[in-house]
Amino acid sequence: MADTAKPKATGKTGSRRRAARNNADSHFNGEKPEVLLDYYRQMLLIRRFEERAAQAYTQARIGGYCHLNLGEEATIVGLMEALQERDYLFTNYREHGYAIAKGTHPREVMAELYGRSTGVSKGWGGSMHLFDARTRLLGGYGIVGGQLPLAVGAALAITYRGSDEVVMCQMGDGTTNIGAFHESLNIASLWNLPVIFVVINNFTGMGTPVERSSAEPELYKRGSAYRIEGVRVDGRDVLAVRDTATTLVERARSEHRPFLLEAFSYRMKGHSVVDPAKYRTKEEAEEALANDPIAMFEERLTEAGILTDEIKKEIAESVKAEVADAADFAENSPHPEVSTLFDYTYATPVANESRRMPADPVFAE
Amino acid sequence: MSGTELTLGKAINAGLRRAMENDPKVLVMGEDVGRLGGVFRVTDGLYKDFGADRVIDTPLAESGIIGTAIGLALRGYRPVCEIQFDGFFFPAADQTFTQLAKLRARSEGRLSLPVVIRIPYGGGIGAVEHHSESPEAYFTHTAGLRVVTVATPEDAYWMIQQAIACPDPVVFLEPKRRYWDKAPVRTDGSVDTATPMGEARIVRPGTDVTLVAYGPMVKVALHAAEADTERSIEVIDLRSLSPVDYDTVYESVRRTGRLVVTHEAPVTSGLGAEIAARVTEACFYHLEAPVIRVGGFDTPYPPSRLEEYYLPDLDRVLDGVDRTFAY
Ligand SMILES: Cc1ncc(C[n+]2csc(CCOP(=O)(O)OP(=O)(O)O)c2C)c(N)n1
Repeated sequence: MADTAKPKATGKTGSRRRAARNNADSHFNGEKPEVLLDYYRQMLLIRRFEERAAQAYTQARIGGYCHLNLGEEATIVGLMEALQERDYLFTNYREHGYAIAKGTHPREVMAELYGRSTGVSKGWGGSMHLFDARTRLLGGYGIVGGQLPLAVGAALAITYRGSDEVVMCQMGDGTTNIGAFHESLNIASLWNLPVIFVVINNFTGMGTPVERSSAEPELYKRGSAYRIEGVRVDGRDVLAVRDTATTLVERARSEHRPFLLEAFSYRMKGHSVVDPAKYRTKEEAEEALANDPIAMFEERLTEAGILTDEIKKEIAESVKAEVADAADFAENSPHPEVSTLFDYTYATPVANESRRMPADPVFAE
Repeated sequence: MSGTELTLGKAINAGLRRAMENDPKVLVMGEDVGRLGGVFRVTDGLYKDFGADRVIDTPLAESGIIGTAIGLALRGYRPVCEIQFDGFFFPAADQTFTQLAKLRARSEGRLSLPVVIRIPYGGGIGAVEHHSESPEAYFTHTAGLRVVTVATPEDAYWMIQQAIACPDPVVFLEPKRRYWDKAPVRTDGSVDTATPMGEARIVRPGTDVTLVAYGPMVKVALHAAEADTERSIEVIDLRSLSPVDYDTVYESVRRTGRLVVTHEAPVTSGLGAEIAARVTEACFYHLEAPVIRVGGFDTPYPPSRLEEYYLPDLDRVLDGVDRTFAY
């Protein structure tokens, strides 16, 4: 029988125990303090960015739907550290933090959420559909599983061109149950394509727990039918994620084959901003808070003497300023022109253009 | 009259409940329909009262949901599947178009497919792509599927029960921006005494021009008719999109001589095109003007700030009415 136990969350006690054993240096195994602080800053930036997005959404500054990365900050920063600039990224709709960590300016991400023309998708994509060709973010996708076959195709293109990029394809745990997941893993393995499928396991789809939706709830094993090696990593630990992902990314690059990485973490809030997550018990909500990756990292850094009160304050203030700047930028950017409604549907002008439809007083020229 | 005030969403809920009480073979299935009660809470409370075997939380697998429902229906159950939003239907398209719609014909009538697919559709709630679309023409283009939509809580209450009782597969389109609209619902009587779901209804009589609408656009059409002080506009709520109750439409057009059809879906190859063609054929000598269509533009559904320009509103509908009088 499959072992259906949730991976044990070590939480604060665990990190304290580890910290007690180690002095500053060996605890982080010779990691450079400035690098660790940079990770910490990136994580905090995503956290504050998302909190600001939630606020703006509640104030109706952001339309549509808005899914946040709260609780996944360590995973995101770790994963993006493992990628080279030239590597490609596909994600689902929960991708604000990924865009920022891959290199899109927070201003352009926030402006996109606000639906402004200065946004990374010109205000047309919104929260779920961020694209940035410059950073090789080939899209957030709103349809569950929609990004998977595309990621496989991008990896096939890499193979045809004979170049050495890698594709990372992120998804949620619920996504492992849709057909596109299985078709994509099979093709990627059959054709030896350099894709890292990353499953962010927050133990629940929208409101349905993994054990009640996946027959194999040990998600990293779900590639086994396709002979895809799977690994599980503690998504709350930025260094563990970075190291595990780096190994897989480099192996995919040199060995030309796909891998499946499962990173578990805890969703701090509901499925999206509008979801009060009433289906969660009080214990589950508390469990999520006790597994806050930022608080955990903060504690480790503090105990190692790397994060002093002063540095902490400095980082907090600079992050706060950066997020405020992003929100101001978004707020002061224009909405897309109504006339742009017709600009991007086709590459070339088409006959019977829709703007000349009957009953068209709004756009009459 | 036992007229409880219900929102359209609550009316569907009440209709589902009644159908489940009356027939133990009725099952509800979909993503998060059980414990959560569905994204729009349309199945709220059913899980508690009917249990996990009759209100089934499925994995995230639209194709699996509809396909499983087909299998259940083949063995005598009456599954009601919820697709969370219009744009999430497409992974289930294969099962719907190639199996569900065709099994009766393929088996020369030996197989019956009483499956209902409930889909919240249409725009107007500030959502975006995948969450605002009007896919009805994909369904109406497919023989073997019945397609209905509702505009009022009372129709919602009765038509969901009629859809469940129907031996054919029914795509039940719920205008999501009207979920919170409230009106009295007559709950006495039975599915057989309520207006059949296949019939169109004249919801506002008029003499100068016929305005056909359905689902979310019925309210817009009624407002437009009220706002027009010069012409007497007759408004028809189509209710059934496939098959269409053409008799009601033809009879009206023969009286008024003019027809405007409106829907949120893009005009090109939309249901309006089919109605225009049929009416032109059947009422040619009664028409004073070409049939005018007022619908969404031929673009993907735009971001929320542009949707007010995309969705046909009162002005666009009345502009369409004006055009029919320009001939
Ligand atoms: C094909 C499809 N079906 C349903 C949905 C609605 N939906 C959006 S997110 C979601 C849950 C996804 O869960 P998971 O993959 O675990 O990702 P998470 O949101 O938890 O990060 C659902 C059902 C969708 N977007 N696409």
